[in-house]
Amino acid sequence: MSNVPGDLKYTRDHEWARQEGGRMRVGITAYAQEQLGDVVFVELPKVGARVTAKQAFGVVESVKAVSDLFAPVTGEVVEANADLAHKPEIVNQDPYGKGWMIVVTPADAKQWEQLLSAAQYEEFLAQGGH
Amino acid sequence: MPGSALDRPRAGWSTGSPVDTSLKRTPLFSAHVKAGARMVPFGGWEMPVQYRGIVEEHRTVRAAVGCFDVSHMGEFEIEGPGALATLQTLTTNDVAALEIGQVQYSLLCRPDGGIVDDLTLYRLATDRFMLTVNAGNIDKDWSHVTTAAPAEGARWRDVSTSTGLIAVQGPRAEAVVGRLADQDVARIGYYRFARGKVAGVAALISRTGYTGEDGFELYVAAGDAEQLWNALLGQGAAEGVAPIGLGARDTLRLEMRYALYGNDIDETTNPLEAGLGWVVKPAKGEFLGRAAIERVRAAGPGRKLIGLEMTERAVARHGYPVVKEGAAIGVVTSGSYGPSVDRYIAMAYVATPHAAVGTDVGVEVRGQVRAARVVKTPFHPSRVKKG
Repeated sequence: MSNVPGDLKYTRDHEWARQEGGRMRVGITAYAQEQLGDVVFVELPKVGARVTAKQAFGVVESVKAVSDLFAPVTGEVVEANADLAHKPEIVNQDPYGKGWMIVVTPADAKQWEQLLSAAQYEEFLAQGGH
Repeated sequence: MPGSALDRPRAGWSTGSPVDTSLKRTPLFSAHVKAGARMVPFGGWEMPVQYRGIVEEHRTVRAAVGCFDVSHMGEFEIEGPGALATLQTLTTNDVAALEIGQVQYSLLCRPDGGIVDDLTLYRLATDRFMLTVNAGNIDKDWSHVTTAAPAEGARWRDVSTSTGLIAVQGPRAEAVVGRLADQDVARIGYYRFARGKVAGVAALISRTGYTGEDGFELYVAAGDAEQLWNALLGQGAAEGVAPIGLGARDTLRLEMRYALYGNDIDETTNPLEAGLGWVVKPAKGEFLGRAAIERVRAAGPGRKLIGLEMTERAVARHGYPVVKEGAAIGVVTSGSYGPSVDRYIAMAYVATPHAAVGTDVGVEVRGQVRAARVVKTPFHPSRVKKG
């Protein structure tokens, strides 16, 4: 089974979120990158852009597939991972670390509670992940 | 081969496909599953798209050697004193120029010049030939070859299901196949074949491929395919052999600008605009599509299949519009990241005035125009064994 760190929250679209003070760092899960295969392109919003929960905020492409990135929460982008432009393979190598996508200041901190826990996400994966 | 089946829609992450019992399986299906391959539907077949990763598999073929299961492809045989005349009517290349032991790339065309399929043609004997056709086109091609020309004095046989086909491709392919063969395979020239045994299995050993590397395609009885597959992978360890999925097969052929049926060529494209005029030989006499293709040749094709390199970061995909100064001038037919060239590359039809190497164009990617340039192809130098 895929690696699902216990300190993160998750979505059914296979994104993860990590609380860092008042902000949330966002990326795709180990399961997502395994399903995608070799990531060759990542398109992220600019700093200052607004993202909306469950809406696409960017795109990740593997050799064969194009997939939308869905925001776990509504808020403002305060950082975007510029390294992914030239080294998209980091997403495969370190999805929960150097392969992060964006940092968001949530419009409402309570959104964190609505995300899946690690146990709930593991359960979701066990049921097929879609 | 219709590659569009590999291009998954932009809908979430789900790449697992429900079990589809209508999909056909090759004799190596269980070997792929055992090896941990990711199986996907492709042209009506359940095929391995990757084993370890497309980029790594691609690099293995360029640097060492890889084995591909291409048993899904179709094989037809035609035999009899009328075989040559029948094939001269059906195919665009000159079959009379083909010697016994030689292979020819060719096309089946409709009367209007549209491409029914691309194929390789083997002259097995004076009056006996084999055609290798794309997996997704087997039924259509069978119907076409058996009805579009009279085949007087010749008999067709569809041997697709009884034939296994394994491609061994890469700079070390000769070392791997040579060790297992009962003969000196170094003597088989490019687009030539010999009959012999490989790993104790009777095989047609063809020096052909779809990767731009040196290599072989080994035709064997379906029941022998697994023995050969296991021997190639088991005894090629010193050369770094690995199984390679259809994902890398697609990026390897894209870097060579080899056309993929269903993506780059189909019944709406003619051979001249696809850059396949070199396999159309009007001097040989009448054949299906000849008059229509000659009309295109006289007028000059209105569009051309060209190579594009993205000069702005973006991946061009099949179906994306090609634009110039706000106007649509063409369409992308294949596109991906090219692991050996480390660039985003594509093939596209563009209107002839914009087809020259060095022309700056745009590709519309999700509503935004991204810069691209028409470049020389192949994108990566071919290393097939010539002569």
